[in-house]
Amino acid sequence: MENLAWYILDAMLIIALIGLAWLTLTNHNLRQAIIFFIAFGLLLALVWFRLAAPDVALAEAAIGAGLSGALFLTSLSQQKQTNKKDDPLKTTSTKFFDSFQNQFLNLLFVILALVFSAAFVFALMEADPDRLSPTVLMNLEQTGVSNPVTGVLLDFRAYDTMLELAVLLSAALGIMALGPVKTHYYPSGDMLSSLSQWLVPILILFSGYILWAGAHSPGGAFQAGALLAAAGVVLNLTGDRQVKLPNYWLLRGLTIGGIAGFLIIGLLLMLSGRAFLDFPSQWSGTLILFIESFATLSISIILLIAFQSGEPQEWEHESKKLALKNTAGKTKIKGKTLC
Amino acid sequence: MLSTQLIYGIAGIVLFVLSLRVAFSTELFLRQVLAINVAGAGLFLTLLSVAFKGLEQPADPIPQALVLTGIVVAFSATALALALGKKLAENSPDER
Repeated sequence: MENLAWYILDAMLIIALIGLAWLTLTNHNLRQAIIFFIAFGLLLALVWFRLAAPDVALAEAAIGAGLSGALFLTSLSQQKQTNKKDDPLKTTSTKFFDSFQNQFLNLLFVILALVFSAAFVFALMEADPDRLSPTVLMNLEQTGVSNPVTGVLLDFRAYDTMLELAVLLSAALGIMALGPVKTHYYPSGDMLSSLSQWLVPILILFSGYILWAGAHSPGGAFQAGALLAAAGVVLNLTGDRQVKLPNYWLLRGLTIGGIAGFLIIGLLLMLSGRAFLDFPSQWSGTLILFIESFATLSISIILLIAFQSGEPQEWEHESKKLALKNTAGKTKIKGKTLC
Repeated sequence: MLSTQLIYGIAGIVLFVLSLRVAFSTELFLRQVLAINVAGAGLFLTLLSVAFKGLEQPADPIPQALVLTGIVVAFSATALALALGKKLAENSPDER
């Protein structure tokens, strides 16, 4: 009986998930499609809870649904209204060749799905169901944290996480290389700005809590960074001109801070005669928290740059000042700091 | 437990293939990026369905860590794609 209830829940979740994905993918109106995408992301967060992965659920709700949705909506509103081309999915093609080609593609993708499914079923039946998880749980004590996901991210697979921060940094560099962006937001009305005055401190506080809690329960650097970035996005959207990103050097420093934290700790460990990023067990928890704090700040700044989709104008202003300083050698930079 | 893994895993594969099909056929840049995002979500679903080990014990932490980093990387890649697309649209008014 209990099993039946779970099956019904699973069926409902999956049908809703695929339905929302279909609506996202085929909707005529791109704005509606994006809103369906946000709903899809939130439902996906529920699915992660169902699959006993609360860490991923937090990240999905904050990034997959929240930040991505905001990013897509901003991108849509900044787009020039030249997209007159209709979606080929909806235009009923009259040419025989086109419809034939479409049907051929459909057939190809159905075969692809069948092949993937067969491979998946086969792999699930044949493989050792435990894989590495008993090893992780057995050695978790050495990491100084009790949340296995944080342990894997920051200790067992610390290389992965460090290189992931490098990927984030290169994405941010790519975006910044495209030049400064104009901010499109104007100061909002009283309602929204007073809401943001409430929301931003709560987001910052909560981000700190999530970072701290990540050691023993769901949470961690990525979720905390996403929340901090969300605070920045809220400020950005309400168009508060008093609030800016930190000044030039601090901002650049924070952008590379995550990977720098990893490298400094790793190199210090090498100097003390251990392997790169091989944490001694008694210090492990502290070192992980140190690295995570830098990673959180770095991730939030990079996500914010990604959301703004370009170098914010304040930077150019600062770098002009910097150029001035270099030539004249007199003027001193005075940047405004965050909040 | 196995049946849960199977249905969620296959749902993930369906999502992946469906959105890949749309990404190939649509000409709207924004929809292509959306479709690739949904395809990524499908992959994550399959990966986490493998990690699921019933409600009595915690799910396998390694796929969870992979998906967690995957979500963040997917977001930054999306942002880079959208920024490039915007620049492309600004510089070539006829195309797209």
